[in-house]
Amino acid sequence: MVSTDDNILEMRRITKTFPGVAALQDVTLAVRRGEIHAICGENGAGKSTLMKVLSGVYPSGSYDGEILLDGEPVHFRGIRDSEQRGIVIIHQELALVPYLSIAENIFLGNEQRGPGGLIDWNRSNAEAAKLLASVGLAENPVTPVVQLGVGKQQLVEIAKAISKKVRLLILDEPTAALNDVDSAHLLNLMRRLRDEGITCIMISHKLNEITSIADSTTVLRDGRTVERLEMASGEMTQERIIRGMVGRDINSFYPERVSTPGEEVLRIEDWSVRHPTQDRLVVDGASLNVRAGEVVGIAGLMGAGRTELAMSVFGRSYGRDITGRLFVHGREVRARTVAEAIGNGIAYATEDRKRFGLNLIEDIRRNVSAAGLRRLARLGWVNDNEEIKVAESSRRDMNIKAPSVMSVVGKLSGGNQQKVVLSKWLFTDPEVLILDEPTRGIDVGAKFEIYTIINRLVADGKAVIMISSELPELLGMCDRIYTLSAGRITGEVPVAEATQEKLMELMAKDKESVG
Amino acid sequence: MTSTKPSSTDRKSAESASAAALHVGTSDPRTLILNNLRQSGIFVALVVIVALFAFLTDGLSLSPGNITNIVLQYSYILVLAIGMVIVIIGGHIDLSVGSVVALTGAVSAVVVIRQGQPWWVGVLAALAVGLAVGAWHGFWVAYVGIPAFIVTLAGMLLFRGLTLRVLDNISLSPFPAEYNRIAAGFLNGLIGGDGYDAFTLLIGGIAVAGYVVSGFRTRAARVRYQQPVESFALFVARLALVGAVVMWFAWQLAHARGLPIVLIILAALVLVYGLLTRRTVFGRQVYAIGGNLSAAMLSGVKVRTVNFWIFVNMGFLSAVAGIIFSSRSNGAQPAAGNMFELDAIAAAFIGGAAVTGGVGTVVGAMVGGLIMAVMSNGMQLMGVDQSLQSVVKGLVLLVAVAFDVYNKRRAGASR
Repeated sequence: MVSTDDNILEMRRITKTFPGVAALQDVTLAVRRGEIHAICGENGAGKSTLMKVLSGVYPSGSYDGEILLDGEPVHFRGIRDSEQRGIVIIHQELALVPYLSIAENIFLGNEQRGPGGLIDWNRSNAEAAKLLASVGLAENPVTPVVQLGVGKQQLVEIAKAISKKVRLLILDEPTAALNDVDSAHLLNLMRRLRDEGITCIMISHKLNEITSIADSTTVLRDGRTVERLEMASGEMTQERIIRGMVGRDINSFYPERVSTPGEEVLRIEDWSVRHPTQDRLVVDGASLNVRAGEVVGIAGLMGAGRTELAMSVFGRSYGRDITGRLFVHGREVRARTVAEAIGNGIAYATEDRKRFGLNLIEDIRRNVSAAGLRRLARLGWVNDNEEIKVAESSRRDMNIKAPSVMSVVGKLSGGNQQKVVLSKWLFTDPEVLILDEPTRGIDVGAKFEIYTIINRLVADGKAVIMISSELPELLGMCDRIYTLSAGRITGEVPVAEATQEKLMELMAKDKESVG
Repeated sequence: MTSTKPSSTDRKSAESASAAALHVGTSDPRTLILNNLRQSGIFVALVVIVALFAFLTDGLSLSPGNITNIVLQYSYILVLAIGMVIVIIGGHIDLSVGSVVALTGAVSAVVVIRQGQPWWVGVLAALAVGLAVGAWHGFWVAYVGIPAFIVTLAGMLLFRGLTLRVLDNISLSPFPAEYNRIAAGFLNGLIGGDGYDAFTLLIGGIAVAGYVVSGFRTRAARVRYQQPVESFALFVARLALVGAVVMWFAWQLAHARGLPIVLIILAALVLVYGLLTRRTVFGRQVYAIGGNLSAAMLSGVKVRTVNFWIFVNMGFLSAVAGIIFSSRSNGAQPAAGNMFELDAIAAAFIGGAAVTGGVGTVVGAMVGGLIMAVMSNGMQLMGVDQSLQSVVKGLVLLVAVAFDVYNKRRAGASR
């Protein structure tokens, strides 16, 4: 092995800002040659942004700071530049073309040409077979990728990276979608690659994997580097990492609320959901309830099944083979479609308002009425004057900052868009609101307004289920918090007993250790 | 007039509302025009094209006889464009309408001409076939999930083939006089008139009065709900302008052959579908689906049902167009309706519909269709070669959509 002080990569004082938000501030990252280096942090801590800076997705010049590769400064203008220097990133969502063969995917954009510029298929397939052997995948290179499971697809990605003469391999949540056998295989492969001299950076939420495989870890929080931990020195424990990830105080950022929970409004029993295309349970026997005047939180890491749970409850909008029972006010209901769910007083405000929540080309008025349009209609005819009135009162109550209700929603700020989404669901007069990441991507002031609105709703006797990646937000807003890990409820904690460390521990709990 | 009462009470509140409107810039003519460039753009384009061809043909294109001709000649395209714009708003496309026009016309001809049934049996048979075809397309698009492009491309071949079967590869003609009247008949001389048809003018007057009344009612409601409205002068100017155009149009028709029956059908359809798209739950859901399918689904819109009825409706309107076309050509031909789908699609896009769905209006599609109609008609009057006509129409479609794309990019950049 090469000298351990020899850093293959150094990122110095990286600062990257998006309009209104500083995603990264003075982040420092050092990776030694031939090690496996883990990057830890909560959702939104800046891990992915940092990797996008490194790989040139955000080109040189769009951020401040320095990147040193082998000690010399580099300026990547795109992903091709970084790949040329041997940096390959494998994203959480695999970037393979499903109907092309393994060999075609491996050499996509790097086709093995023979004489006359035509693709030499024999050479391609033979080379691909060698690469597959090196990652321990026993598949025919002409097999279409779509026929492989996620674990094997991941191996194809790695084979593809090796074909590009990778020196620094970045894996973003590589085991998030894998079962235990595939995960173990992948981790073994990473060790072998390291021994062959390929440096790995691994972004992961699974702390047990990190402590078992990584040589060192950098912890990020809120777009800043917290610390760099070494395995060799014994400081890299799960407890230490968790403390670094969550170690901020809850400030008085959350409006006061007197909690007076009433009757149970919604109860889910033994709820299981299968992935729409893969054969695995995304939600596995989850049970929870929420009462009137109560905010119940769902905490879980990326891929834990939070959104999937919520959407499957909301008119079976996600997944298949959904089993379990759903009660509203103690009465079992069947909400097989979104319309039925709305009819039963359930509302779901999506985590991705631009893709799933709003019609961005329409105005505020039409978006506010979209889910409850029938309330404005008689015999199918919409009373558009009443519609304006409803939109106007929403604009006033929610303090939506827009010149008029005829303003197109796509041009509003994130916070105002979120208020439109909330208005839309409040107009359906729900009993229970499921709010999925209600403050994602909105600024601090608007967050406070959203919290105030949520408090007003529960004061009016509504029940709220709040899904959030920000633990301080859950601790500041909720009465009780459920933790979800790998589709299972791993804990239910009253807020008085909850700490970030405790929640994080429950969220990172393994499948096996769940009782 | 009925409008004086609301206007006098409105004036004061209208002024305060328009003062408020100034804050958001809706009353300033320049921003008003800029903001509505897309919408007003097509009207301006229509006026320019009408003026251009009036000039090029020495006023012949605006003669009473020619205006009547334009109405008769392009009414079925406009009927198709109504259905097509709804399909396009929903994010689909329908390539089959030309074939469906042929098939419905053929069925009608077989029933009326070959089997000797009364004219209305033919009409009902054609409508039934149109609805069935629409249900067929709707089934594949909505419930099986095949893209409409493919389904209707298949339908284009399928229903053309069925037309040939139904007609045994030969033309059928002529229709009895009653059937022929649908597209070639006029309401004329019902209340007399000297050298002109008073009835046509009366209907024109009623239409203008209806427009004015509904304009005032909408405005009054807007003011009551404290919404910004255009300045009162601008509002009156708009009413006066539209009223003048309609009355001039009625005047020209009255000096030709009177009020074409097909124009009444078309006007009724435009009115009904204009309301349907803007004022009904169904219409709103079409926009919602085209604007953001996922968001519509998660808002409880029954996407499949809506998509199904979009196509049933297109089938129905194709049948109406088929009846009008067969009536006008006084028979059914195997090749009838060829390329109609392209004219209808072009009308919708020129009229401001967006390729990505979620945007478009019935009125816009009508203006788009009229632009195409006036151009074709004008070039025919000038004796422009058929090949060149096609070139010009193609370029106009391209420029119109390019303008739309440019506008969107500009709007996106200003975000």
